[in-house]
Amino acid sequence: MSIVSFEGTKEQEAALRSVIETHKNERGCLMPILHQAQDIYGYLPCEVQSIIADALSIPLSEVFGVATFYTRFTLNPKGRHQVSVCLGTACYVKGSDKLLEEVEKELRITCGECTPDGEFSLDSCRCVGACGLAPVIIVDERVYGRVKPSQVKGILDTYRQTDGGIK
Amino acid sequence: MTREELAQIRNDLADLINVRRLVKTEAEKLAENTGYRKQVLICLGSGCTSASAVCTQLEISLRELGLDDVLLVKTGCFGLCALGPIMIVYPDGAFYTNVTPEDAKRIARIHLVKGGTVVKEKLYKDTVLDNGEVIPFTEAPFYKHQTRIALRNCGLITPDDINEAIAAGDYLALEKVLFEMTPDEVISEVKTSGLRGRGGAGFLTGLKWELTKKADGDEKYICCNADEGDPGAFMDRAVLEGDPHSVLEAMTIAGYAVGAHEGYIYVRAEYPIAVHKLTVAITQARRAGLLGKDILGSGFDFDIFVRLGAGAFVCGEETALMTSIEGHRGEPRPRPPFSATCGLFSKPTVLNNVETWANINPIITKGANWFRSIGTEKSTGTKVFALVGKIKNVGLVEVPMGTPLRTIIYDVGGGIENGGTFKAAQTGGPSGGCIPAKHIDIPMDFDSLVSIGSMMGSGGLIVMDESTCMVDIAKFYLEFTADESCGKCTPCRIGTRRLLEILTRITEGKGEESDIRKIRDISAHMQSSALCALGQSAPNPVISTLTHFEDEYTAHIRDKKCPACVCKSLLSYHIDPTKCRGCTLCARNCPVNAITGTPKNPHEIDTSKCIRCGQCMANCSFGAIEKR
Repeated sequence: MSIVSFEGTKEQEAALRSVIETHKNERGCLMPILHQAQDIYGYLPCEVQSIIADALSIPLSEVFGVATFYTRFTLNPKGRHQVSVCLGTACYVKGSDKLLEEVEKELRITCGECTPDGEFSLDSCRCVGACGLAPVIIVDERVYGRVKPSQVKGILDTYRQTDGGIK
Repeated sequence: MTREELAQIRNDLADLINVRRLVKTEAEKLAENTGYRKQVLICLGSGCTSASAVCTQLEISLRELGLDDVLLVKTGCFGLCALGPIMIVYPDGAFYTNVTPEDAKRIARIHLVKGGTVVKEKLYKDTVLDNGEVIPFTEAPFYKHQTRIALRNCGLITPDDINEAIAAGDYLALEKVLFEMTPDEVISEVKTSGLRGRGGAGFLTGLKWELTKKADGDEKYICCNADEGDPGAFMDRAVLEGDPHSVLEAMTIAGYAVGAHEGYIYVRAEYPIAVHKLTVAITQARRAGLLGKDILGSGFDFDIFVRLGAGAFVCGEETALMTSIEGHRGEPRPRPPFSATCGLFSKPTVLNNVETWANINPIITKGANWFRSIGTEKSTGTKVFALVGKIKNVGLVEVPMGTPLRTIIYDVGGGIENGGTFKAAQTGGPSGGCIPAKHIDIPMDFDSLVSIGSMMGSGGLIVMDESTCMVDIAKFYLEFTADESCGKCTPCRIGTRRLLEILTRITEGKGEESDIRKIRDISAHMQSSALCALGQSAPNPVISTLTHFEDEYTAHIRDKKCPACVCKSLLSYHIDPTKCRGCTLCARNCPVNAITGTPKNPHEIDTSKCIRCGQCMANCSFGAIEKR
């Protein structure tokens, strides 16, 4: 369960309820709903799972079971900027493990954690299919290719100084 | 849309597409009919994501120069990802590589203007001969050996416009099937073609369709496996991003053949661009009446829905994939019953992967016999390989089945990166095995690969050179499968974990002679008793590296040495006194102060203090640090 207290807004809940309403008569609707719920809240705290379970009239345990099975769903909030280092084979043979070490050192967190100020969270990810650019780092949705450990600081700095680095 | 309207689109846009297909002289003639003096194709696939900046710059330049007779086409992958961003200018067929926004500006000013000339120094080097003559890029070694069937439209059309897809030949097969063929004829054609599933096991596609058609059931389903999880494989992503309509069309054809009216595409959430292109394509196809009720007035109904995966590798397994579409934990279930009789929502279901679907249109339009004429007798057609790792031409290549690995690596792939030596190639991802250098002349088809303990898998081809430790690679794959094991069955849940522990021990220099026997025992149990393909094939990378590189295992276990100098615990860093200039950079950066020496004199590493972080090696400008 999440260590951070839940602070959902009324708007978020309204958005969630409308998502549930759109999908609830589709077969296999739980996954699409969880995806969109995570887009709305940034993560899937127990409170959100309860709303979904009640609205779909299924046990909370079932929602929890699905939410915890898939790595993309997270029960803890992520940082404002999400950093992932691809550990797919193509990136790995090109040394992405060293990139991960470098990011960990730079952010002073280990893989799977979030910085105390909530700015960055770090994960390793499965192959993103950008093997031509190996090794890659993904920050939010942007892919950085052919990254050398020495460039890691520079990349992260752009997100520290400006609001996302891309204007 | 009616058939007449479809024919009209094909007719109207034929020249526009053909300019991109023909050799220079004819293309120039055709270009005059299109209203566009030049067409610029830019790959906006995931592998070339930095291309969007190039595209924006080009749009600006075209506007500034008033070049409204130049058409900018945002396509999918051209295949040569190593040299991206890539840009092709037609009718010249000029193939520009590593294009920066600055380059785009220059190319617009020098080449795209009226009477402009090709910017030779930015051209793909393999298209410029020593005497300065420029050859068509299709003649360059990378493309010369390729036969593009599944990727036929990738990099040729923009996936955002259904009309371009139609003009390039998509939906031609659907039309033929709906109006000229019976469902049985369709199945017979696909069966005769010998097409085998491109996702892993290589099951006959036509047979799968036939079994589903014969199965009892009021409802049937068509599924597309786009949960391309094998690390290093990205052909499905390329098809979805470059030619999504080919998949929609093929699924509709299968629906007609087996009597299904609903299809689901299960695609990885890690592929946002592919998901987007697919959604756009479905919307456009519905609007054009190529999906939905009464397709092209034939009376046949079919619709397709997209379901997103959520990062579980096991969902690439067919029963797990269907369980996931149903909205549950993506755990596999025992087979039989097979999905042809009891699949999605417990109804008869056809499930094929993206690349398999992409082959259907050409089989229908050109005929099964044409398809059989390519490839080998038992592996017909072509296979797309994702060529990655330590290879020069990283990218997507499509070659006839049975092409020797040597051709793929040295002719198409341009050989090993940085002049290294080929050591092994891994196929089939975490379920596959490695092909050692001694088997480099092996024909790449389903059965030959199985005969040497590897498998085709989805076609990721990871090339490794001398700097790769095979024990470390086996460990890497086991980390992957141990992490991705869903935990439902014991052999996989426990087996992957135990194998990983043993391999970790070996790479840390704590291996024992008996470990090899233990590995073989556990592997045999997993292969025979795990519930699904993930667990059954998880030991493959270990078994195959053990078969072909037993000496490396022995070196780790007996001599406590890693021959490739990869396994941290088994190596030590040293400074070559003849190369060291005493710049002190390493000593200043060493986190544990293990390096000593005075300025301008060779330094030394105290191996007992050294934590083998590699900082000194990364920082040394003189290449004086070596691993032993």
